[in-house]
Amino acid sequence: MKKYIIQSVRLTVVLLVLLCVVYPISIALAGKFSKGNGGGEKITKNGKVIGYALIGQSFTKPQYFWGRPSAVNYNAAGSGGSNKGPSNPDYLKEVSNRIDTLLKYNPSIKKSDIPADMVTASGSGLDPNISEQGAIIQIKRIAAYRKIDERKVAELVVANTQKPFLGFFGPTTVNVLKLNFALEEFGSRK
Amino acid sequence: MNTEYLGIIATFILTLVIAIPLGKYLAKVFAGEKVWTDFLKPLESGIYKLSGINPKEQMDWKQHLKVLLLINTVWLVYGFFVLLYQDKLPLNPDGNPGMTHDLAFNTIISFVANCNLQHYSGESGVSYLSQQYVLMFLQFVSAATGIAAAVVLFKAFRDKTTTTLGNFYEFFVKAITRLLLPLSIVVALLLTFNGTPASYEGKDQFISMQGDTVNVSRGPAAQMIAIKHLGTNGGGYFGVNSAHPLENPSYFTNMVEMIAQTIIPIAMVICFGYFIRRRKLGWMIFGVMTIGMLLLMIPSLTSELGGNPALAKLGITQKTGAMEGKEVRFGPAATAYWSTLTTIISTGSVNGMHDSTMPLTGLWQLLGMMINGLYGGCGVGILNYFIYLIIAVFISGLMVGRTPEFLGHKVEAREIKIAAIITLLSPFLILAGTALASYIFTNNGDAAWAIQPKNWLNNPQFHGFSEMLYEVTSSNANNGSGFEGLGDNNMFWNLLTGVIILLGRFLPIIGPLAIAGLLAKKKFIPESAGTLKTDTKTFALMTFAVILILNALSYFPALALGPIAEYFTMLK
Repeated sequence: MKKYIIQSVRLTVVLLVLLCVVYPISIALAGKFSKGNGGGEKITKNGKVIGYALIGQSFTKPQYFWGRPSAVNYNAAGSGGSNKGPSNPDYLKEVSNRIDTLLKYNPSIKKSDIPADMVTASGSGLDPNISEQGAIIQIKRIAAYRKIDERKVAELVVANTQKPFLGFFGPTTVNVLKLNFALEEFGSRK
Repeated sequence: MNTEYLGIIATFILTLVIAIPLGKYLAKVFAGEKVWTDFLKPLESGIYKLSGINPKEQMDWKQHLKVLLLINTVWLVYGFFVLLYQDKLPLNPDGNPGMTHDLAFNTIISFVANCNLQHYSGESGVSYLSQQYVLMFLQFVSAATGIAAAVVLFKAFRDKTTTTLGNFYEFFVKAITRLLLPLSIVVALLLTFNGTPASYEGKDQFISMQGDTVNVSRGPAAQMIAIKHLGTNGGGYFGVNSAHPLENPSYFTNMVEMIAQTIIPIAMVICFGYFIRRRKLGWMIFGVMTIGMLLLMIPSLTSELGGNPALAKLGITQKTGAMEGKEVRFGPAATAYWSTLTTIISTGSVNGMHDSTMPLTGLWQLLGMMINGLYGGCGVGILNYFIYLIIAVFISGLMVGRTPEFLGHKVEAREIKIAAIITLLSPFLILAGTALASYIFTNNGDAAWAIQPKNWLNNPQFHGFSEMLYEVTSSNANNGSGFEGLGDNNMFWNLLTGVIILLGRFLPIIGPLAIAGLLAKKKFIPESAGTLKTDTKTFALMTFAVILILNALSYFPALALGPIAEYFTMLK
């Protein structure tokens, strides 16, 4: 018994060194060679960080493309989904309000144009993407607020649409931050 | 064909392409035969030497259990105190507080038991020291414990009659050096180079495009995410687990993480067949498990891709399926696929919120955890399945009127009693636990706990009941996922689930090992015309029926009160 206890403690210490010092530090060092040096890829403008490529941001002003509703209001110091069940009456009312808001700001669209992702909260609350349809329904509004040609905005959407992985696997997505970034760049070029 | 379907089909095929050779490799590793990773032998001898272990020392099943339980106790004590005092220890750049006693109790049991139910949130609840030196450490060693326990069982059926079943430390160390650590390095690098942070930098702050000040939690996440999946642990680095864009940045990393959590459970089944030199039995078990998996997955896919009927009534389009609690970059197909795997395999990591899935998907998730042996967790999956096998042998024996036998050993009263107790344990813990929680919710709503019982539930009615049922089921299955709407960080849930996890982990390891140890000692009976063959399709079907009937009888009433009732109310 005593022998086994001593062996267990010694083995634990040895493994702590191997698994919690050698392994993670080697990976962290290798990570220095990745995009963002292992600290997350950043997007910068004029040398200033304006966001992380993978982390969604809150866009509420009408001249920007909006992302998905977020249960944590895009606070990346935490993360969280709404955890609302599909039949919850409060939840259904909330979705209904979001539909009304979208219709108000985008008067040209019909209810049946609205894709589910634009009125439902993401799992992480930090989803950086929307669906292609989610971007398309906002084109008219953006063009009107920014006073640029609709076709130009549509071109930017196409340019920032990410096809499925290797062309075959998974959904088509649009990164909202990158799209808005491109929109600003376009605006300042004009 | 739809690219979302293609994505999951490709993922499953890749899983098998990796898992099957891995199983054959493991059979050789644990039999001590020559393999290409033998260059790691000096590392292993170093570990044995520093720990004062003689890996040649033979143990019987009781000694194996003694060592297993002792070393697990060492980890429990060590981890409990680190979590309690993490605020006073180094490596805490975000200044997170120490855990309360009940939360530390729950968390440490949960990680020692390979469950990884998390009542804290990664960003604000633990320091980097706790994340790596306690939680990630336990993700390695708890998975290795499960694998080593399974190998002890395999060993009992490799030779005709034996009392010595190898050395526990040897199996345990080899599970780390030959399997978990090398694979973790590969997966961690894949994640790091696709966007997951791996450095020790703390929280970052920036001004967003719209002018908001945003803080971003970071840290050495890739290292932990790799082992969390390979070891079927599931405990995430960030609060929302693999739904977090840093924890699971793209469709590619999503495929990697889905493959990583499935390969070892499948490999262990193949390894069983090759190790005991009855390959056909291994393939039959694999077949039953795969059919069971598909029967849970296909309806989950249909109900998620079909969208939420209540939202359809509001008039929007759900071409991409139900999206509440899901991420656009994965889509509902990959999320449904993941939710099935993570519940049958006991990983319990999530890439979307289970609380917001459709009622029937929730039903299949619950059922997957209740069965808990379709592939199952690292090592323990095959131990759970072994109990089903023994029950199937017994019932078949009764049906044909002979003494039941398993692999040349008579299965007698003592073994059946153990199997019966283990089988009854799960329904007891799940149903009694849920009943207790429901009672307190309805009768003691105002109890002065951190979260008052009347405020536990995030959803009303049947779905609220499902939240409690899910929490208890997940604890018993050592799964660790949750209907996360439940307010679970308080005295009641921390203690209740802590105790359930502990019993649900160690008794289902002790039981099968005891049965295997007892059987191995018995005289070997050569096969004759009257032997019940266990590697036939008929017997596979029999096992499948046993699994189905046992679980349906145990859980149908509880499931009817939760997800099934919710499903029917939504039809209106």
